[in-house]
Amino acid sequence: MAQMTMIQAITDAMRNELKNDEKVLVFGEDVGQNGGVFRATEGLQKEFGEDRVFDTPLAESGIGGLASGLSVTGFRSVMEIQFFGFVFETFDAIAAQMARIRYRSGGVYNAPVTIRSPFGGGVKTPELHADSLEGLMAQSPGLKVVIPSSPYDAKGLLISAIRDNDPVVFLEHMKLYRSFREEVPEEEYTLPLGKAEVKREGSDITIVTYGAMVHASLKAAEALEKDGISAEVIDLRTVSPIDIETIIQSVEKTNRAIVVQEAQKQAGIAASVVAEINERAILSLEAPVLRVTAPDTVFPFASAEDVWLPNHKDVVAKAKQVIEF
Amino acid sequence: MEKTKELQQIEDQFQTFQILDEEGKIVNEEAMPELSDEEMKELMTRMVYTRIWDQRAISLNRQGRLGFYAPVAGQEASMIGSQFALETQDWILPGYRDIPQIHYHGVPLDQAFLWSRGHFMGGQMPEGVRVMMPQIIIGAQITQTAGVAMGLKKNKEDAVAITYTGDGGASQGDFYEGMNFAGAFNSPAIFVVQNNRFAISVPVEKQSAARTIAQKAVAAGIHGVQVDGMDILAVYAATKEARKRGLEDNGPTLIETLTYRYGPHTMAGDDPTRYRTSDEDDAWEKKDPLVRFRKFLESKDLWTEEEEEKIVEQAKEDIKAAIKKADGAPKQKVTDLIGNMGEDLPANLKEQLEYYKEKESK
Ligand SMILES: Cc1ncc(C[n+]2csc(CCOP(=O)(O)OP(=O)(O)O)c2C)c(N)n1
Ligand SMILES: [Mg+2]
Repeated sequence: MAQMTMIQAITDAMRNELKNDEKVLVFGEDVGQNGGVFRATEGLQKEFGEDRVFDTPLAESGIGGLASGLSVTGFRSVMEIQFFGFVFETFDAIAAQMARIRYRSGGVYNAPVTIRSPFGGGVKTPELHADSLEGLMAQSPGLKVVIPSSPYDAKGLLISAIRDNDPVVFLEHMKLYRSFREEVPEEEYTLPLGKAEVKREGSDITIVTYGAMVHASLKAAEALEKDGISAEVIDLRTVSPIDIETIIQSVEKTNRAIVVQEAQKQAGIAASVVAEINERAILSLEAPVLRVTAPDTVFPFASAEDVWLPNHKDVVAKAKQVIEF
Repeated sequence: MEKTKELQQIEDQFQTFQILDEEGKIVNEEAMPELSDEEMKELMTRMVYTRIWDQRAISLNRQGRLGFYAPVAGQEASMIGSQFALETQDWILPGYRDIPQIHYHGVPLDQAFLWSRGHFMGGQMPEGVRVMMPQIIIGAQITQTAGVAMGLKKNKEDAVAITYTGDGGASQGDFYEGMNFAGAFNSPAIFVVQNNRFAISVPVEKQSAARTIAQKAVAAGIHGVQVDGMDILAVYAATKEARKRGLEDNGPTLIETLTYRYGPHTMAGDDPTRYRTSDEDDAWEKKDPLVRFRKFLESKDLWTEEEEEKIVEQAKEDIKAAIKKADGAPKQKVTDLIGNMGEDLPANLKEQLEYYKEKESK
């Protein structure tokens, strides 16, 4: 076992798959010699050569199309979008093309593509870099959307994503890249896509969340504990498809729930989770399921970020509102 | 790749346009633009000022007082020379590095600093200053330029639209679309590609099989020229000509300026030693735009050390004052930002406004 940051675990997962399968390719802007602007691909070009780990011209739409095309010639692409705010440039390539290639070809073709990209707030990037656009991806049929909250999960989930035979959007929260280390096995392991994890058991309320908000929610759960409220925290890990079973099991036990996301409120993952709970467990509920989210504005300018982003206090307040309903 | 004769012939037509060589000597007398002594001194003044501004910005960034910053040293001729060919009524659609051009087009220094800091006032262009917010999404400004240029023509204004991108930006689909639209509608647009040889770490050779970026104009059916981007006279002359062409309804122009950024890509952790050698840096510093223009002006008795020293001091003073002014900008509030989401506030935002009033009062 080694102590790894999330970024190291991500590099390790790609190294593992580059070794494991010669058809795996890693490419994007600055991923070669430079090792990526966050160093996620550090050392990979040196180890596996320019044929397998390479820089592309600067064009996200081109990168997405390249990955789609490589799919039908037998390759398994791990493409990087340097910041997820730039995904709009390649939205067609991802959501309209690779997401539908299996469907449109009646199962003849498929796109085993992993779209890796940093996203998320709290690190004061320039404009258009930090947006939480997972809701857009989740609304696109044919895509899986995975968001790890820890180094251990990142490695196991990324290996699974790369091995998946359909496109997976793998979103890496920038704030988690180097915020903490944990034990990560050096050998390979996989974690199932589409499976949530109960991060903390509790009996009074369920907090469903993902990404960096897992940590805000765990902190909130500790604060709630001091006030005699026992909160269960569920990390979705995959936001599309959502692991409904784990959520419903928990809600049937706690009878109350909130959903916490860093993204804006409108549409989005939290809204989906609330709807699923209402459709399947409304008779178990003692209170409405409420959401903690960012407001429905554009991702804010850097100096307003801290207030704009939901934090553990918002989670505590919302949980209490549900408890006291 | 072995290129056919026909292809090579096309590529060979794009030779670098130069007026002033590295020694500060005029090598292309007939292309010499009409510039008064005062104007030439102004060009030098702006380059010196910009170099100091760049140094100060880098150190302010290191002190945590500036926010986002993309260094410009090495690119002064390309930036200052092209903007100097414009008139107030022309529009600029800049990229994130093109702050000197928009400053000389009317954006005050303190506002440029606010933009760096990610403050919304950085984007509030003063009345009459025809400048868009510096673009972050590479290429987006290029298609918009076709729109601005079309609008200017429809309004029958005596004005052009100019946009800037880099060698990397020239790989975006938007780059071709912008040029092609402007060509198809015969709009007065100027597309400047500052080829500083790198897109973050990726060398220009990896961007394209084309020998030059200028030749990409051919496919759009518009004029293209490659210019020595370390030669302010050549950049000025080429832009002036492109402007004239646009105003005379003779179509858009692509200008590729060959230049170099001495510093890192931005101040957010880029380390140029990972992707380029100091030999390459040295070779380009020998072409320095300030050095050669200074030599030229000195040879005409138009420039002295004392004059330059004065400009350096002036720049330092201005920057200090501008930072102070920027420091005085009101703290950005989420509640203020909510108001800029649309002409009318929908119900969800009204509710969220109340929530954030409460959150911000704590
Ligand atoms: C659409 C998009 N993709 C990627 C980026 C990230 N990025 C910022 S600058 C840059 C390189 C740009 O290089 P170039 O166009 O040569 O301009 P330069 O920075 O050298 O002036 C990249 C990849 C971005 N801002 N927007
Ligand atoms: Mg460049």
